[in-house]
Amino acid sequence: MGQLIPLDSFGVTERDLVGALGRVKVRDVDYADLYFESCISESVSMEESLVKRATKSISQGVGVRATAGEKTGFAYSDELTKKDLELAADTARYIASSPVGTQPVPAPVHARPSRDLYPVSQGQVEVATADRVTLLNQIDAEARRYDPRIKNVMASFNTEYKVIMVATSDGTLIGDVQPLSRLQVTCIAEEQGNRQIGSFGGGGRIGFEFYRERNRYLDYAREAARIAILNLSAVDAPAGVMPVVLGGGWPGILLHEAIGHGLEADFNRKKTSAFSTLLGKRVASDVCTIVDDGTLPGRRGSLNMDDEGTSTSRTTLIEKGILRGYITDKLNARLMGIPVTGNGRRESYQSIVLPRMTNTFMLAGQSAPEDIIKSVRKGLYAVSFGGGQVDITNGKFVFSASEAYLIEDGKITKPVKGATLIGSGPEILTKVSMVGHDLKLDEGIGTCGKEGQSVPVGVGLPTIRIDEITVGGTQAG
Amino acid sequence: MSSSRSIQVSNGSYTHLAAEVLAMAKRGGATEADVVIADGENLSVQIRLGAVDRLSKAREKRLGLRVFVGTRSATTSTSDFSPESLNRLVTETCTLAKAVVEDPVSGLPSAEHMAKEQPDLDLYDETKLETDKQIDLAKRAEAAAMAMDERITNSEGADFDSSSGRVVLGNSHGFVGEYRSSSYSLAVSPVAVDPVSGAMQRDAWYEVQRKFSKMGTPESIGIEAARRAVRRLGARKVATKRVPVVFDQETAGSLLGNLCSAASGYSLYKGASFLTGQLGKQLAPEYVTVYDDGRMLGGLGSRPFDGEGLSTRKNTIVEQGILKSYLLDTYSGRKLGLASTGNASRSVGESPSVGPTNFYLVPGTKSPEDIIKTVKDGLYVTELIGFGINMVTGDYSRGAGGFWIENGELAYPVEEITIAGNLKQMFKDIEIIGSDLVFRGRITSPTIKIAEMMVAGN
Repeated sequence: MGQLIPLDSFGVTERDLVGALGRVKVRDVDYADLYFESCISESVSMEESLVKRATKSISQGVGVRATAGEKTGFAYSDELTKKDLELAADTARYIASSPVGTQPVPAPVHARPSRDLYPVSQGQVEVATADRVTLLNQIDAEARRYDPRIKNVMASFNTEYKVIMVATSDGTLIGDVQPLSRLQVTCIAEEQGNRQIGSFGGGGRIGFEFYRERNRYLDYAREAARIAILNLSAVDAPAGVMPVVLGGGWPGILLHEAIGHGLEADFNRKKTSAFSTLLGKRVASDVCTIVDDGTLPGRRGSLNMDDEGTSTSRTTLIEKGILRGYITDKLNARLMGIPVTGNGRRESYQSIVLPRMTNTFMLAGQSAPEDIIKSVRKGLYAVSFGGGQVDITNGKFVFSASEAYLIEDGKITKPVKGATLIGSGPEILTKVSMVGHDLKLDEGIGTCGKEGQSVPVGVGLPTIRIDEITVGGTQAG
Repeated sequence: MSSSRSIQVSNGSYTHLAAEVLAMAKRGGATEADVVIADGENLSVQIRLGAVDRLSKAREKRLGLRVFVGTRSATTSTSDFSPESLNRLVTETCTLAKAVVEDPVSGLPSAEHMAKEQPDLDLYDETKLETDKQIDLAKRAEAAAMAMDERITNSEGADFDSSSGRVVLGNSHGFVGEYRSSSYSLAVSPVAVDPVSGAMQRDAWYEVQRKFSKMGTPESIGIEAARRAVRRLGARKVATKRVPVVFDQETAGSLLGNLCSAASGYSLYKGASFLTGQLGKQLAPEYVTVYDDGRMLGGLGSRPFDGEGLSTRKNTIVEQGILKSYLLDTYSGRKLGLASTGNASRSVGESPSVGPTNFYLVPGTKSPEDIIKTVKDGLYVTELIGFGINMVTGDYSRGAGGFWIENGELAYPVEEITIAGNLKQMFKDIEIIGSDLVFRGRITSPTIKIAEMMVAGN
């Protein structure tokens, strides 16, 4: 079970809550909630072998929201007094412009999430700055020891400790404590004027000890160094249509961009997604089953509850190639008449709730990864990516490889640089002909942006073969 | 340290609050410090299909503190201005600073370099728009888009935002600066549907101004958004080949943004920029000149002083194709043995970094149409997606959309293609610069033609 967040941690009383909710939930408001948040985030970073930057930020506030039909009214404040709550309530209800309701708002039942996916104490997150400094110094030494061509190492360790509490007009009062941390290493390698970059990192809703277990932090350092050194000998990427094999783990960003965003309920309710008319239809080959799962312990994209107090769940998006469902928040689920999946998320009290992904991944298939590579005569093997982006409406997405190789006659040969993949969301998975048995989740570094809001997410993928996709390199094939 | 001192926090007293926090920092062991206080209010409305979809209103404030204990430094921020909270913040910041290592080049700018005058750059408009007025403006813009063409059948909405705020910066040299600014913006995103295939295309158009009176009519923005969405219908892929590429204002602006990031002192001293070691060298043809002007009246990137309290100015970044200056703050300048260029940008909770003010490519004489006329077989890019840019090497490969040019005319829309090259080569290959410079953001460019890039499609 998750923790019960005491009301006084936000300095408010039950009376204040009921008062503000009653004020906002006028007759024509369907639903209202108050979202309280306090967040402490800290960062320590190193470059040029010096741990020279430390930052800490403290924020606290409340967001008040009312929905009426398709309308959302929203206001927020960084003051939590009764007066500020009332002022925010008056703004939020402006969209309804209706008289007060006849039904009083029920007194909230104080609840806690039914599970605890990240039992991490504040002490495990807020470790002494000196310990973080030591960790970063050892990373620097390890990366430089890997190869003398490593000329600069940049590393940062970020933590966040967020406490949230949601009071709803349907009588729920529930909170959660959400720790989050991430360790990121970037190396620059240089040889005869050729400079290349390599990055690696990991994290999750975990404590500081995670990074020290089996010297994970040193693995991160060596991986970042390895990729930078590898890219020194990389050749320019080919251009044109070809088969592409994606490695397991982080390449799951393909699912996030190509499929996931297009299945967020808001775009489908508004019928602006390329997937709006495809529910129950084939959008992938029958070896593809894709889920969004917020219930995995300790993962970066996991949550005990979403930011509307709904328990997160595992939602099947595509089952054996058939589009099965959307990911929803309360507003869009109500308007579309479909289940609430626990995907209502917001960056902070200053932002509105949107349906967002948690951990999105493809389930394992039957093929051996080595057979998948052997099956390609001439193509690309991509094992790590930078970022990706999608145009929801026409379905076109791109993502850029940060570690990739040529496949020639079934064998992995030269490393390539500067490869971008571009395709169409509703089509790309119909071209997946082989799915490996090696499902891997990413290391815990993903951040997803939508309407200017950033939230932590996870992705995962087994090794897969895509029969054809456009690779945007500089070398004619 | 005393925690009994009371701090008056009311409108207009932020300079006093900054002085109080600086005094507390000094008592806490700081040898130097600076404080940023920012507050603001925002009203944003979104209309979709003629009805209010979203309405949001907020006021916020934040205080950021950076302390130096000798050459060790830390930065913190909070939204809680109570005396207890600020006392705690000061103590924690000093403790944090003592935990990191000495960094010999860290520190405030020299006292004698602080900005001496703070000109009024015409950044603030006191016009407060009523909620219903903003709703009406957004409705008019969307309605104009929906009425423009029968193929516009859906909409992601129209947004009208207004915001205003103020920034106060003070440091232990005794510098205190303050300015207000405002902004008004309108954006419309219509969706066009192909009547035959049912395929959808979305596009958007927008305007941002510091003064409400400068805003064009909402109808003009809606009509342009609709024109852009409809013209994408029927887009197809093209064959993979090497061709001339014309970038429109928006996408050329993104190339200039890449130049701006590469010229940032922080990327340079880390060796993380393809412009490392290029100062004084020929970067582009002699008709390429780029300025960064922090003093443009009413400019979206203008400010009287930078994030460290140094005067902003007009810097020449590229002159006749030669890289003349990087963008620097005090720290990155010292790392490179150069003086700050007045480009410190400061988000409240972070130590300064470098950012552009009004960064632009000086226009040429040819209209976009005349530039397109010079291309026999090539690409006109109007949209770029993805993050395929390696700033260390300049390698560039991004998803693109736009129009295929045949014999000097836009022939048909294209999508699901990539364009690839290397930024260093692309800047050398700038063949023509358009006459159409319009300041629509902090980084702007007229249309440009690049001699040749690899386009990947079928």
